[in-house]
Amino acid sequence: MEKKMKVVDIIKRCREVYEDIEFNYVRKWIDERSGAKAIGYLPIYMPREIVYAAGMLPVGIMGAGDMLEIIKGDSYYQSYICHIPRSSVEMALDGKLDCLSGMVFPSICDVVRNLSGVWKLLFPENEKYSWYLDLPQNFDPNIGGKFYQVVLKEFISDLETLSGKTIEVNDLNHSISLYNQNRRYFRELCKIRAEKPWLVPLGEYYLLNRAGSVMDVEEHNELLSDYIGGIKSLKRKPLDNIRVVLLGCFCEQPPLGLVKTIEMAGCYVVWDDFVIGNRFIESDIDASTDDPIKAISDGFLFGSTFSSSKYEINELGINKPKSELLVEIIRNVGVDGVILTGPSFCDPILLDHPGYMDAFDKENIPYITFQYSEDMAQYQVIDEEVGTFSDSIRLWR
Amino acid sequence: MTYTMGIDLGSTTSKAVIIDDKEQIVGEGLTNTRSNYLIAVKVAEEDARLDTKLSMMRSAIEDSAPLKRVNDGLFESLLYSFRYRYYSMKIEKLKEYCLETLNQDIYAGKRGNMQAVLDEVFKKIDEQSEAIVQDTLYDKSRFFRDITGSIYMQSVEKIYKDFNVSFDDLVSIYDKAIIRSENEITPLSLSDGIDIGIREQKEMGTLDDNQVKLIREIMEEINKEVVIDSKVGTGYGRQLLPFPKDNIYSEILCHGLGSHHFFPDTRTVLDIGGQDTKAIQVDESGMVTSFNMNDRCAAGSGRFLGYIADQLSIGVQELADLAARAKKVIKISSTCTVFAGAELRSKLSLGERREDLVLSLETAMAKRAMSLIARSGGVSNEFTFSGGVAKNQSMVSIFDNLVKQHYGDIKMNVSPDSIYAGALGAALFAKRRG
Amino acid sequence: MEKQVKKDRSMLKEKDILAGYYHDLGHAKEENKKVVYTFVPGNMTELIRVFDAIPVYPEILALQSGMRRISDGKIRVAEEAGHSEDVCTYVKCHVGMILQENIGPTGMKLPDPDLLLCAYSGCFTFMKWFEILKKMFDCPIVMVHVPYQADGEITDGMRKYVTDQLKAEYIPVMEKLTGKKYDQDKMEKMMELSSSAEDDLVEVLQSAKNKPSPIDAFFGGVYYIGPIFNGFRGTVQCCDYYKLLKHEVNERIAKKLGPIGPEGEMKEKLRIVVEGAQPWVRFRDNWKVFYDEDVVCVGATYTKVGGFYEWGYRHDPKRPLDSMADYCMWCMPNMNLPQRVDLIEDYMRKFDADGFIVASIKSCNSYSAGQLAMLKEVEKRTGITGGFIEYDIVDSRYYSLANIKVRLESYFQMLNEKKREGRMN
Repeated sequence: MEKKMKVVDIIKRCREVYEDIEFNYVRKWIDERSGAKAIGYLPIYMPREIVYAAGMLPVGIMGAGDMLEIIKGDSYYQSYICHIPRSSVEMALDGKLDCLSGMVFPSICDVVRNLSGVWKLLFPENEKYSWYLDLPQNFDPNIGGKFYQVVLKEFISDLETLSGKTIEVNDLNHSISLYNQNRRYFRELCKIRAEKPWLVPLGEYYLLNRAGSVMDVEEHNELLSDYIGGIKSLKRKPLDNIRVVLLGCFCEQPPLGLVKTIEMAGCYVVWDDFVIGNRFIESDIDASTDDPIKAISDGFLFGSTFSSSKYEINELGINKPKSELLVEIIRNVGVDGVILTGPSFCDPILLDHPGYMDAFDKENIPYITFQYSEDMAQYQVIDEEVGTFSDSIRLWR
Repeated sequence: MTYTMGIDLGSTTSKAVIIDDKEQIVGEGLTNTRSNYLIAVKVAEEDARLDTKLSMMRSAIEDSAPLKRVNDGLFESLLYSFRYRYYSMKIEKLKEYCLETLNQDIYAGKRGNMQAVLDEVFKKIDEQSEAIVQDTLYDKSRFFRDITGSIYMQSVEKIYKDFNVSFDDLVSIYDKAIIRSENEITPLSLSDGIDIGIREQKEMGTLDDNQVKLIREIMEEINKEVVIDSKVGTGYGRQLLPFPKDNIYSEILCHGLGSHHFFPDTRTVLDIGGQDTKAIQVDESGMVTSFNMNDRCAAGSGRFLGYIADQLSIGVQELADLAARAKKVIKISSTCTVFAGAELRSKLSLGERREDLVLSLETAMAKRAMSLIARSGGVSNEFTFSGGVAKNQSMVSIFDNLVKQHYGDIKMNVSPDSIYAGALGAALFAKRRG
Repeated sequence: MEKQVKKDRSMLKEKDILAGYYHDLGHAKEENKKVVYTFVPGNMTELIRVFDAIPVYPEILALQSGMRRISDGKIRVAEEAGHSEDVCTYVKCHVGMILQENIGPTGMKLPDPDLLLCAYSGCFTFMKWFEILKKMFDCPIVMVHVPYQADGEITDGMRKYVTDQLKAEYIPVMEKLTGKKYDQDKMEKMMELSSSAEDDLVEVLQSAKNKPSPIDAFFGGVYYIGPIFNGFRGTVQCCDYYKLLKHEVNERIAKKLGPIGPEGEMKEKLRIVVEGAQPWVRFRDNWKVFYDEDVVCVGATYTKVGGFYEWGYRHDPKRPLDSMADYCMWCMPNMNLPQRVDLIEDYMRKFDADGFIVASIKSCNSYSAGQLAMLKEVEKRTGITGGFIEYDIVDSRYYSLANIKVRLESYFQMLNEKKREGRMN
């Protein structure tokens, strides 16, 4: 029987991967499988199943956080653009992303969309593969679905050329089932956190998410399984923290220090959107069909969560306004308040803030807002804000 | 010999440079007059003409065998006489303006005591005149306002309570008087000033009649000499200059050309002034090929250092010494001057050392300038660093390290004359473009 | 005091067209004409007018508010209602306008929309904008997702996606809303007119090849694109306007005249291509910095925002819906960065430009994100240094005339010195 990893070692492993902006994990993975390749992807959602089915490692590029000094990247971006494209360009120009054979840019906002163009200017097509994933904003399976499947088929064809191998139906189904498992573990973890947040400290949860966007899914599944098993036997005690929803961390990620600060300031985050791409599809994708591309497409159309980058209105009734969905979650999970955040200069989330705030006001849900950037080194102001929020709710509870 | 002049009307100081037809600098003028640009032009121009005449005088004395025989310090002693007379006249006027201000109605009832304080204060100023003039004989950067202001305030502070007067009132009197003083040309020509010196030396017996005659002939020649063929203006206030449009040049072009003249192998110039930062690329002839400016954010300019110094209650000139004693660099994440101040205070309260923090903040500022340079095309050999911030030795070291780290072995040039680069460039344009 | 400059007949005609537009809009409800709010990039004017509906462009409302210097107040209202300082100021200006009883820039109360047509082309913020409007207006909304030309090409799959949405969603909704059936014949006729106007517009834009250029493509260009981008493409008035404009431009070419600026005929000392949008809220001040230095803009990417015709695309009456889909995908903000770089380079070579300027908009990520990379690339390809300025479209807090002047005057002088050295060599 394989030995299960201890919780402390799991977190240590995850932290190593999180801090490693040289992507040594990826380099080692490639070395161990001669001829293998890795494909990078920007947040929010990308069907990683397809990359994995091609025998390649999907590697989430979530920015370099507070771990990299940006000089070249800043010469590509004005001061009023968010931070993630700067650190991505800096890492690329520094050679840190050399281990990747290509990059995928999901359609999440104008900055990342244009970053795909910057990539093409910096790395001409014949040198590096880059692909813009135009996720459909039409959720009719006969319109948006058909388009999305065409898009995915083009992606598969590109990956087949890159990998030199044909991607079979079985490969895709197998990959889907692995990622289904990953998402199931995450759902289970989130359930535990919603019920007993003291068992899953926010920093650990965050690191598991970050590592999950880089690691081989099979390894990550084992880690998650061991972790879930392991925490149940730890004697972690509850603190007098309030229960909050933390919304806005779906793309450029906050630094680990800030994440820990939020919990230390008195808040159990019982629902969040950290690295939401890991959990974007909320139920299992059918892994037994003979048309896995359609299955992946249907998974996105019918089973995906909400995000600021996804059109929220749909006359088919599939999508509801995000604020409504969030209020439902708040009622179901049982929450004292909301921390509404987002990276500075992030159009998608900042344009959503007023709608969320109106909904919270109507429902008498307390909330605070602040913005962050991935390279923040100073959390005192946020610490005070969050702490005051927590105190004020506890006092009046 | 023909001369051309360049005038750089900056936000903090105004400069004038006169060059001859071999493009050699013959005179430099500097003033901190700001309140009225037209006056600033006149004062800077006068200062440059004066400087030109002084350098001509010096050469003429050195070339003259009978005069060289007197002593090596003849020029210096004559210069001292001139400067001392000049300074004394300014002090007299300053006192006069203070007393005129004191005559205003608002000071009725307090006048007597305030007058007594002023008398004491100006006595102190007079006492220090000789030492100050000697100290600043060749140093233009200590302005009259700063020198007298410092003595005035210190003296007032020591005695105002004894005389039962308001400190603020006295400050206010000084402020009004100094502006008037700065906005006028002191009516002492070089010849007249030198002549006083000549007469003194004759009385003391160090000069004979022949030598006196020679010097007066030299002065007469010099007074005819400096005719300016054409002028070009640049700097923030350039639009106000009464020059035709073709004689107004952008400060980027002037600064690039001027820096290149100082350092002919320079290809990248970084100028960090009080209000803005310029990254300029020049070609082998000193023409600008590319540039970038940060002119909307204090965090990239000298103002940032001023703000930090304020937060630590020290003078800007003390920052370099503090930074030199740093043991480590702490990461500063604030990109905004105001927040950097908050971050500084918070880290101090957490026990970080001032020395380490100053070095860290200076480093953060330098890195922002490096991004600006990267946008303008990077650093090509040689790299010239100029502007008020270049006087800060620790900033110079930080840039030296950063440039080498990112661009390899690049020679770095720093010159105390770099403040004149803009005016020099303007003078060169005046000569080359007619 | 502004000099009284004699206006061309085309300018007067444009004024008439605009006045007529507001008149129609003011009477829309009485005449039972449906009002459709939509966007300039991807504006499917023919598909709106084929149902006798009237298009309204919130971006134009914001832009005109900027030009009349009433946008700042509206932006403030939106910020007080919770919007961030950092988001698109067109959105904020429009939201502020709606919160102030939807009074438009001319002082006339605007009719509420009967339909929100979210032609999601080239700008992600458009989607967020209409999500917000849906909360403010109780009317149907149709999303037409226009795929991005990520690889610099339009595939059959992309085209089909757009036409599927038009057929399955937009047309049925409009038929129900207006009670009119979709009239293919009428559509084809409109498309013929569109194509003809597009031919004329392209000739006008290409006239910048001449020396001196008879047009200013960036500042003057703003007026040339008025009728075609602001809801009149496919109409007879629009065709007439472009015929007139072309005629006037040809006259100027024959007489070797430069373009007309606010203070009379512009002199041409430098020819510049501009990549970027306008600071509407300081439009005249900004233009003055150029014409005071005798700088004429021979090429501009901005005037392609509502449709790009210079590489051959035309509306095609033989395939109306397909060519409508192509039109949407060919709007400049929907072109990928390499294409946008190609376009700038194309203009610089075709119009023999002395330099180019990148004008970055603080609140517009679609335009601005990546411009610095584009600037470097154009410099590499042409060997010509680019100038760089920053401001905002309708928020005057971000326009600093002193800073713009220093940068531009320095840049223009630099180019002039280069030219002088070139002549001397």
